[in-house]
Amino acid sequence: MGSLLLGVIAKPDLIVFLAAALVVVAGGIGVISYRNPVHSALSLVMTMFGIATLFIEQNAQFLAAVQIIVYAGAIVVLFLFVIMLLGVDRAEVFSRERIRAQRPLAAVAGVVTLGEILILGHATWATGAKAATGPVGNSSDNVFKIAQVVFSTYLLPFEATAILLVIAVLSAVYLSKRVVVNVDEALEAPLEVASSSDEESFDEVTTPKTSSENDDEVYEV
Amino acid sequence: MTVPGNWYLILSAILFSLGVIGVLVRKNVIVMFMSVEMMLNAVNLSFVTFSRMLGDIGGQVLVFFVLVVAAAEVVVGLGIIVSIFRRRVGVTADDLHILEG
Repeated sequence: MGSLLLGVIAKPDLIVFLAAALVVVAGGIGVISYRNPVHSALSLVMTMFGIATLFIEQNAQFLAAVQIIVYAGAIVVLFLFVIMLLGVDRAEVFSRERIRAQRPLAAVAGVVTLGEILILGHATWATGAKAATGPVGNSSDNVFKIAQVVFSTYLLPFEATAILLVIAVLSAVYLSKRVVVNVDEALEAPLEVASSSDEESFDEVTTPKTSSENDDEVYEV
Repeated sequence: MTVPGNWYLILSAILFSLGVIGVLVRKNVIVMFMSVEMMLNAVNLSFVTFSRMLGDIGGQVLVFFVLVVAAAEVVVGLGIIVSIFRRRVGVTADDLHILEG
């Protein structure tokens, strides 16, 4: 036991890996087990930081920085904004189930997934050949190597991501636009859309009515 | 590198399975979305590990693209969630049973 402990301490890589793996798994369990979504989001940040540590451990410094900036800095903050904005930071009710025994079945499915991945990991790889995109640099020229490949071999996908981001921005703007379906309903209750709680108003607002129904209503009013 | 790549892959598999369980168990759609992000992170970790094991920078470039797609996905997904729940008070996937056939 003592020699094993000494062997672990003599390998700093192993210590970093074990600590980061602990952080990653603890954060992952926290995401799926905290009842409050805000706590889940903070656990997600923990997982992201653990993975960024593992990236650095594997000589992917650029990706580690991007991971922290994009995920922990932007995406999780976006999650938190939505949680706070919608006021959905209430604990969810676990007792009411629409599908019976969904939770045990989900746990079984997760364990089966893990087993499948681990079994497949023992299979021989389809192609064991080393790909020829470019060599991994040492710790000092990681950004240089990535840039070299992105701007030569993967130039077209890189430009496609620019188009993708523009489309994402446009769709976000369009989705967050407030659309009024029925003019007469909006005149009757302008704030009803935001605060309606029963299902009936939701159905009325969203389901498009045929023109004849609309005409009837208008004439009745 | 003293830590073998298999350990990273096993950790990645564990994290992916946690994400699968989260998507299946949780009913809050935002938390389900976070679990999807967790699965993406697990795959990113395995990409970087393969990049190191094969000595090829292509895996890291692929992670870069996955990050971009994940950012776009989060923007659109959260936009959809906001636009759905602005007219609803429910936060769980069960409240969306209007989608049932």
